[in-house]
Amino acid sequence: MAKLVAILATTHHPFYYRTSQLGPDEAPPFAAEWVRKIEAYRETLTRARPDVLVMVGSDHFHQLWLDNMPQFLVGKAPFYDGNWENEMREFGMPKLFLRGHEELSAYMLREGIDKGFDLAFSNELRIDHSVTCPIFTVRPEADLPIVPIYTNIFAPPLPQPERFVKLGQTIREIIDAWPSELRVAVIGTGHLSLELGGPRQFGPTGPDPEFDAQAIDWIERGDIDGCLKNVTLESLHAPGNATHGFMDFMLMMGVAGYQQADYADHLSLFHTMEAYFTWYPNPDLLDGALA
Amino acid sequence: MSKYLLNKFLYTVDREHELTERYRKDPAGTVAWWEAEMANTLLSCIAAEKSTWLSFTDEERQALATQDHVALFDLGAHPFLTLTLWIAMFERDYGEPLGMQHAYAEALAGKTLPYPDITT
Repeated sequence: MAKLVAILATTHHPFYYRTSQLGPDEAPPFAAEWVRKIEAYRETLTRARPDVLVMVGSDHFHQLWLDNMPQFLVGKAPFYDGNWENEMREFGMPKLFLRGHEELSAYMLREGIDKGFDLAFSNELRIDHSVTCPIFTVRPEADLPIVPIYTNIFAPPLPQPERFVKLGQTIREIIDAWPSELRVAVIGTGHLSLELGGPRQFGPTGPDPEFDAQAIDWIERGDIDGCLKNVTLESLHAPGNATHGFMDFMLMMGVAGYQQADYADHLSLFHTMEAYFTWYPNPDLLDGALA
Repeated sequence: MSKYLLNKFLYTVDREHELTERYRKDPAGTVAWWEAEMANTLLSCIAAEKSTWLSFTDEERQALATQDHVALFDLGAHPFLTLTLWIAMFERDYGEPLGMQHAYAEALAGKTLPYPDITT
């Protein structure tokens, strides 16, 4: 069976790439600490030596549009181009080219559908910054094949939070049962409190630091039940109008299960709380582990 | 009322540089042209498969033609689409980093929860 070697759940910040490229004279004061934290976080993936990455994110109205909007979609293509013209313009992100892993995509689709998720699929998917941000942060070599999984956190009506957790649990079951010798890592990105296009956007902190602290605690402790008890589609409007992206973190909690994170870090930036978590389902598989 | 069509305008104009610039320079003219020529285009289909029923209300047309992002917010346009297009068109006019985004938020300062429903 395949080996699930690491699970990473993180915020995705599209300005990281550009910030990390600035010289010391141009970089903003928060850049050095941000880069240091990202480099430490990258090591949590590197030491797991993955062969293939399952990447959970959410298209931001790039390829998926309101005339045909899937709730959950799995990419099944031999290759993926990455990033869009308006992301290059707005965020300074370069375009990317990644290999796919069609065998795992096909297995994910077949098993996912049979386990109760009527997953949509795409044979030609240009991935956006929800998937490319973690490539830049934790695997800048962009050398591993990927299986992208998109969720709808953006265009209501949305699936319920429970459904995100359940999908994460199902992804975990599928990977654990995949007849392969490969080492798989799952990387998912979302948001804590976030406001975009509203009165609370781009403040000195995220729009709701109290929610952020609570959310970090739920994730770090693997407190799926506590999180589900307090989070509804309705309640997520209060911390900020783009906070439904937190449900991608809930999906990743489903992948990780009721487990304390093995690595947890966060950083308050000028308008968001950035957060970085890693779980190792089997620490014996890591570099440096005792044989 | 068609939140969908408002979003379709914002989406199609944001994703194409030439249209973004055209809307910046000539808001009313671009909205009139877009409603006549583009509003009914089914995006993944050839021109012959146009829809036949989409149009703006007067209020929606006015909000777009005057580039009134507060009115678009009130009409339930998707705030991410409005913001990203506004960044593309107007960020360049501000000297300070995030100056545009702060002015944009300031104009919305009176808005309280619940915000207008963005469900389409």
